[in-house]
Amino acid sequence: MFCVHCGLPEAEGDHPSCRGARAALEPPRFCPECARRMVVQVIPSGWSARCSRHGETTSAGVPALTD
Amino acid sequence: MTAAAERTDDRATTDVLAAAREQVLDRGVGLTEEQVLTVLRLADDRLDDLLALAHEVRMKWCGPEVEVEGIVSLKTGGCPEDCHFCSQSGRFPSPVRSAWLDIPGLVKAARQTADAGATEFCIVAAVRGPDARLLSQVREGIKAIRDSGNNIQIACSLGMLTQAQVDELVGMGVHRYNHNLETARSHFPQVVTTHSWEERWDTLRMVREAGMEVCSGGILGMGETDEQRAEFAVQLAELDPHEVPMNFLIPQPGTPYEQYEPIAGRDALRLVAAFRLAMPRTMLRFAGGRELTLGDLGAEKGMLGGVNAIIVGNYLTNLGRPAQQDLDMLADLKMPIKALSDTL
Ligand code: SF4
Ligand SMILES: [Zn+2]
Ligand SMILES: [Zn+2]
Repeated sequence: MFCVHCGLPEAEGDHPSCRGARAALEPPRFCPECARRMVVQVIPSGWSARCSRHGETTSAGVPALTD
Repeated sequence: MTAAAERTDDRATTDVLAAAREQVLDRGVGLTEEQVLTVLRLADDRLDDLLALAHEVRMKWCGPEVEVEGIVSLKTGGCPEDCHFCSQSGRFPSPVRSAWLDIPGLVKAARQTADAGATEFCIVAAVRGPDARLLSQVREGIKAIRDSGNNIQIACSLGMLTQAQVDELVGMGVHRYNHNLETARSHFPQVVTTHSWEERWDTLRMVREAGMEVCSGGILGMGETDEQRAEFAVQLAELDPHEVPMNFLIPQPGTPYEQYEPIAGRDALRLVAAFRLAMPRTMLRFAGGRELTLGDLGAEKGMLGGVNAIIVGNYLTNLGRPAQQDLDMLADLKMPIKALSDTL
């Protein structure tokens, strides 16, 4: 599995800048399956992210951002 | 600092708030650059007094209503410009990829925005300026939003415009145009090298002359000094826009400002209040970065410190907190949301 914020393997390193408050304001940018950069569309109440190999995921079902 | 110096300091700060009370609150005359700078340097223990005064000014000159807006990115990423804060510039190794929102997606975003109680919907594109394809997408999009029975007011932010493009947008019924000056004129060349502050000013002048409402603000926390923050406030006051969106930098991965520290919450609040005292009658909007800089408590303090408009929901490439959380906050603060009927 790959980190959706930096595209590096989840198991490698601490990903400090992928876990903080700033990263919580970012939709996923990299495909967790293959680490390809995804085409991401943010809309007022959600986002969708498309990997050319693994298809589309959306914010539906992802818990809403809270502080 | 010596005791004597401290006392002098105290007197100076008392003076600027006393002067602001008479000048801004009573007479509606914005602070000068020097006065804004003094306000920005007020000690932390004067922050509450400053915010209280800014709130009084907002209530007197703008009233209790809050304008709620939603924004959406019609064309994301791949911008040829080099604004150093921006994840959508094609010149930096940012993970943001180019994307176009289709018309059904735009109609849906406008619907979500109206359903959240907003009266403003701003369509944004990451471009230097619009080309024919983008303008035709905007035209079709606005028509589709209207055909869906949604009469929310529509604003656009499509970069620098020619006079013909200004006229075209007016013809489409776009009532407000956003184009941020971004930062103080003296700091701009450090932030953007592919176009000038003056080019931005020119677009704003054409927008105003064509009768659209001018919306122009910027981003704070891009390495500018306090002096430049004061300079920016009075440059905006001179522009006299209908609305000033205030963003606080969210350092974006891959951009030159990736490693910048977000601005401290109390500095963000000082800025909010100082901008209100520089522009007593302007709509002052909380835009991006408030979640990171201020959190929930700080956002409330800002609403009680001069802010009278907010963007709800997500931003262009970043997420915000859920719109309902902001609407609940406004209800708790007993601040009415501006209704569409007030604006038509
Ligand atoms: S012009 Fe706009 S989209 Fe392009 S880099 Fe500058 S801020 Fe980003
Ligand atoms: Zn990571
Ligand atoms: Zn994939």
